[in-house]
Amino acid sequence: KVPDPTTPQTKGRPRLLLMGQRRSGKSSISSVVFHKLPPSETLFLESTARIQKDSLNSFMEFQVWDFPGQIDIFDNPNFTFDMDAIFGEIGALIWVIDAQDDYLEAVARLNATILHLHRSYPHINIEVFIHKVDGLSDDYRLDIQRDVTIRIQDELSDQGVENAPVNFHLTSIYNHSIFEAFSKVIQKLIPRLGQLEAMLTNLCRTCRFEKAYLFDVNTKIYIATDNTPEDMASYEICSDYVDVIIDFTEVYGSWPRSDQWRDRLEAEPWTQQLDDQVACEWAESGMVLADARRPIMLREVDRFLALVAIMKEGSYDKMPQINMNVDVVVKGLIEFFEITKPKDVVGTVQGGLVSPGLVQG
Amino acid sequence: QLKKVKKQKVLLMGKSGSGKSSMRSIIFSNYLARDTRRLGATIDIDLSHVKFLGNLTLNLWDCGGQEAFMENYLSQQRAHVFSNVGVLIYVFDIESRDVERDLATYVNIVSALVQYSREAKIFVLIHKMDLIQPMTREDVFEHRAVLVRRKTSEAVAIVHKQTPSAASTPPDTPPNLQLFATSIWDQSLYKAWASIIHDLVPNLSVIETQLASLGLAIDADEILLFERTSFLVVSKWTSREGERNPYGDRFERMSNILKSWKHTCSKYTGTPRNAEQFSDFEYKMGTTFSMFATKFTTNTYILVCMPPGEARFNSAKLNVAAARPWFKFLDGPAVPTQTGVAAAVGTPDG
Ligand SMILES: Nc1nc2c(ncn2[C@@H]2O[C@H](COP(=O)(O)OP(=O)(O)OP(=O)(O)O)[C@@H](O)[C@H]2O)c(=O)[nH]1
Ligand SMILES: Nc1nc2c(ncn2[C@@H]2O[C@H](COP(=O)(O)OP(=O)(O)O)[C@@H](O)[C@H]2O)c(=O)[nH]1
Ligand SMILES: [Mg+2]
Repeated sequence: KVPDPTTPQTKGRPRLLLMGQRRSGKSSISSVVFHKLPPSETLFLESTARIQKDSLNSFMEFQVWDFPGQIDIFDNPNFTFDMDAIFGEIGALIWVIDAQDDYLEAVARLNATILHLHRSYPHINIEVFIHKVDGLSDDYRLDIQRDVTIRIQDELSDQGVENAPVNFHLTSIYNHSIFEAFSKVIQKLIPRLGQLEAMLTNLCRTCRFEKAYLFDVNTKIYIATDNTPEDMASYEICSDYVDVIIDFTEVYGSWPRSDQWRDRLEAEPWTQQLDDQVACEWAESGMVLADARRPIMLREVDRFLALVAIMKEGSYDKMPQINMNVDVVVKGLIEFFEITKPKDVVGTVQGGLVSPGLVQG
Repeated sequence: QLKKVKKQKVLLMGKSGSGKSSMRSIIFSNYLARDTRRLGATIDIDLSHVKFLGNLTLNLWDCGGQEAFMENYLSQQRAHVFSNVGVLIYVFDIESRDVERDLATYVNIVSALVQYSREAKIFVLIHKMDLIQPMTREDVFEHRAVLVRRKTSEAVAIVHKQTPSAASTPPDTPPNLQLFATSIWDQSLYKAWASIIHDLVPNLSVIETQLASLGLAIDADEILLFERTSFLVVSKWTSREGERNPYGDRFERMSNILKSWKHTCSKYTGTPRNAEQFSDFEYKMGTTFSMFATKFTTNTYILVCMPPGEARFNSAKLNVAAARPWFKFLDGPAVPTQTGVAAAVGTPDG
């Protein structure tokens, strides 16, 4: 079968749909994760009146659609939605439930939605964000998660639906959990994720890293990690390190220096172009944690991606050798993403050397 | 000649719940903003001695703001509270409903202050600005600032009328008043508190001169010197090129970034927040800039931002290490015999 050239290419361009009751936190989530809004400022967000479509040009192009809570797309008296247009190219449906509110209606609507989708689009991943869990005790969070899970599974099996692809995440915009949850959601959409993970696992072995993450710099979503067990604490510190670097980059790296400045630096006693004076054209950084002198390192991969790793104690002295290994892996990563990218995007990535993604802040 | 340890009495006043203890705990005791929700109302006066660098001690009087206490400060304890004050920090809660009354109390406090400590500096913090819509923050602040300035002049005028000897100096806006918009949820807090401590640091001109010679010698674009616990900027130096930096808020921003990074590290390592959390930070951003931060003297961290280039970077790091002894006086009242860093700095050997 020859693909129709007029239909948009869906591969590598997944869409994330955010749905749920009004005030459940959908717009807050997309503003915090994709637009860097400080969580406290979500208090001022207006209620969403129409579908809010965001296109994110990142390591992978994807779209985020934020649905107004009051619209029921399956049962709307005023308007019939084109279901194919909404669900045809979807990567995942994220259903947001406010854990601090009465959630029975939300769960009922979610059930109805799953049943609708199951008929026509059975492969859509359904990701349930049990949201606003900040301020709730650990026990209470798990109680809610258990309760929601049971209510959904019971209803689905009553309707004869088994093994629907439904996953649960406890989230809050006031900590890293929302980024973690998005990481999990996005990772399912990356083709050949296993290969990426293998590259990172290998790097950890050769360089004696404790943990390594490949970050999407703009969103702080991690798109791959090595195969050591999951570890929220490592993710948090690595993610905060990305933040530190983004901030420094914005303040000191996002404005043009004068010609005189450059001329002086390239003149006596250096007499060399700046490009030849630096060891690496990409952003690279390291810091030693006082505790056990464990270093943490960051290396920019391309405009969108950065590698961040926590090293074993005492490895700071071996930095030159480590940097060489990191270079090799970074080259591998760049190749990996060139293959995955749609052709037109590859060009901009390679042309983007002078303005790394870190600058976009 | 460098001075001995300097003690400064700092009054922290304002209505109950306005955020005084919160700010103090964040700046000097490494609290996170969200930890402040657990603070109880301060009963009477909470006295603390904060060692800042080696040669400055802040005697911080955190004065509980409930009405009964305030009246007591103005009557029975008047002389005790308002004598020998170096700085008054007065906090207004922007959300407070009763602005008139808040201002009336403020006038009484300022009058008492001017009566007993004529030279004291006044810092007014318009606080909890995070609760105001970002779009209107500036207007809301300006509006309140005008009121406060007017009320301050009124208070000063009252005192001048009562003490005829001073009537010759015209009671216009007192030169010692500074206003800041603050919130514990962003960097604005660091801007205000850095200004407050800035004028109190002894030997400031020596620090500034030494930083400048260090900066020139290593070809830096900017150098920031942070106090180790609070991460407030003690002093800074910027090159001509560095002055072109469009981010005017970068100093408080750096304080905020490094302090929250410190919290992250402490959470990760499980060591106390007050403990030293990191050393030796390096960041090279291709051909745009390089920077490093490191423990400098016992009481300070230094952050150096400079042009790119491996050799330049390495020689700057060596020279900063070599310059340490010239800043030793930051750690204590001992008097060094020489000043200047030129001797410690070689030419680039790249
Ligand atoms: N939204 C917001 N809340 C703040 C801010 N600063 C402090 N608070 C909150 O205000 C409440 C009272 O803060 P405190 O610092 O105890 O007030 P205080 O001025 O010391 O009060 P007294 O000791 O009774 O005089 C706490 O719950 C803080 O979390 C701020 O900038 N913004
Ligand atoms: N405590 C808490 N509040 C949140 C969280 N996420 C969002 N909110 C608040 O919930 C309210 C509704 O959010 P909004 O994004 O407008 O909801 P939407 O109608 O689903 O788009 C806002 O006041 C947010 O500040 C969270 O993780 N924790
Ligand atoms: Mg208090």
